[in-house]
Amino acid sequence: MVRIVEIEARLFLRDRLNSLFAVLFPSVLLLVLGAIPGLREPLPELGGQRFIDTYMSALVVFTLAFIGLQRVPTVVASYREKGVLRRLSTTPMHPARLLAGQMVVNFAAVILSVLLLVVVGYVVFGVDLPHHPLGLACAVVLGGAGTFALGLVIAALAPNARAAGGWATVVFMLLMFLGGVYLPRFMLPTAIQTIGSYAPPGVEALQQAWLGTAPDWRHLAIMGLVGLVAGTVAARTFRWE
Amino acid sequence: MAIIEVRDLGKRYGPRVAVDSVSFEVAEGEIFGVLGPNGAGKTTTVECVSGLRKPDSGSVAVLGERPADVRASIGVQLQASELPERMRVGEALALFSSFYPSPADWSARLGLTSHLKAEFGQLSGGLKQRLAIALALVGSPRVAVLDELTTGLDPQARRDTWSVIEDVRAAGVTILLVTHFMEEAERLCDRVAVFRAGRIVALDTPSALVSRVDGATRVRFVPSEPLDVALLEALPEVTSVSAVGEQLVVSGSENLLHAVTSLLARRQVVARQLRVDQVSLDDAYVELTGGRDGADR
Repeated sequence: MVRIVEIEARLFLRDRLNSLFAVLFPSVLLLVLGAIPGLREPLPELGGQRFIDTYMSALVVFTLAFIGLQRVPTVVASYREKGVLRRLSTTPMHPARLLAGQMVVNFAAVILSVLLLVVVGYVVFGVDLPHHPLGLACAVVLGGAGTFALGLVIAALAPNARAAGGWATVVFMLLMFLGGVYLPRFMLPTAIQTIGSYAPPGVEALQQAWLGTAPDWRHLAIMGLVGLVAGTVAARTFRWE
Repeated sequence: MAIIEVRDLGKRYGPRVAVDSVSFEVAEGEIFGVLGPNGAGKTTTVECVSGLRKPDSGSVAVLGERPADVRASIGVQLQASELPERMRVGEALALFSSFYPSPADWSARLGLTSHLKAEFGQLSGGLKQRLAIALALVGSPRVAVLDELTTGLDPQARRDTWSVIEDVRAAGVTILLVTHFMEEAERLCDRVAVFRAGRIVALDTPSALVSRVDGATRVRFVPSEPLDVALLEALPEVTSVSAVGEQLVVSGSENLLHAVTSLLARRQVVARQLRVDQVSLDDAYVELTGGRDGADR
């Protein structure tokens, strides 16, 4: 298993464009937005917080959605399409372990990306360190589980890697919108804001853990539930070839 | 003792019967060939032997066990299975080695040593095939299942691969070889099973299959003066006679040549442009699989 994770990690890093994008992009975007003076002014609409403070959670949403929905489904579906999983089925090692290795590596990339974001935000713009680190960790883990599981459902149901990529992009765009990546959430209608707080990767829980006191357990529970249900669907419907 | 035992194997995909009551045994150390047109059930059969598919009926045993229970003893090279584009040859070998208790390194014998850093996506077809063989052998298997080993290789690479297979057998590995190439089967296989429409229509050594064909020998010549075809047809060794322009083509059993030349000598006819052909496994195969009708059902 160690060997699998090691090789998956190497493959991830070798795909430089994608891996750098996944890990660095949120921090780079923060630097760009933070360079705009107006976004560093406290705003009454945001309860006296600056735009960049409130945008931190959206950047975490981006990381989770990008890795969970842009990488996971295409890689997994292409492993199936190319017969990699079928080939592994003939060895004493179950191909599920390759997928597990894939998840470990992708999740490590998420953690790296979020840590970098915390550091850049704090050092460059004086964004508060997460108020509730444990809550943030839970929100990232459960939000990640929900998003990755959705990615796996897409990989399980899509006929091929191309379709998986296409379907996943639609879901990715939708979750980015709900997660306030395109437009700050206070500009969205209330109904959409509410949907957004329950949709993976769980922007509301991330937001409250970072800037509030603690994430609402209901939001976390929903993420866990999404992960569980989607994970089960993926496991039930997954085809190895 | 048989190392592979297949009994009354049946497998269907929906309404389509892929394999129907197929039985055969492979002895330890044997190279057993599986021949037949596309869709004849070859791949399905070897997939059942590799433990990739469960038979609908009948049984498959490798080393006396269900194939899925002895995966570590079976090395498989699949038709059209790839690796991640950016995985390097060396990484693939290391990864697959880690699955087995006593890995073996065939990379040098297969000429892969200078390509260990190359990524899978950049390898030529021949190198991909060689890597697939190395990966099939990496677990020091007792049985190797090789599905269309040399398809897509140039003739030189094909011959190189054959000599590798002979080495593998010399190392004591039993080989189940699916192939389209009669020359390959003739050169490598101790016995072959010819599949047609999901069944085995013949199972024998390559030379025995050839001798089974009617008219295994063919004599062609242009007679120096007109000859009554009925005289040739009357010979017991002759199965058929046909005329192609001036040329006569006589088919028959092994002693055909002697019988025909004796007749001509008695009649004082000289055979010009005399040629003798032996039927090859190719011809035997075409006859056994019913030529065009048998292909691509």
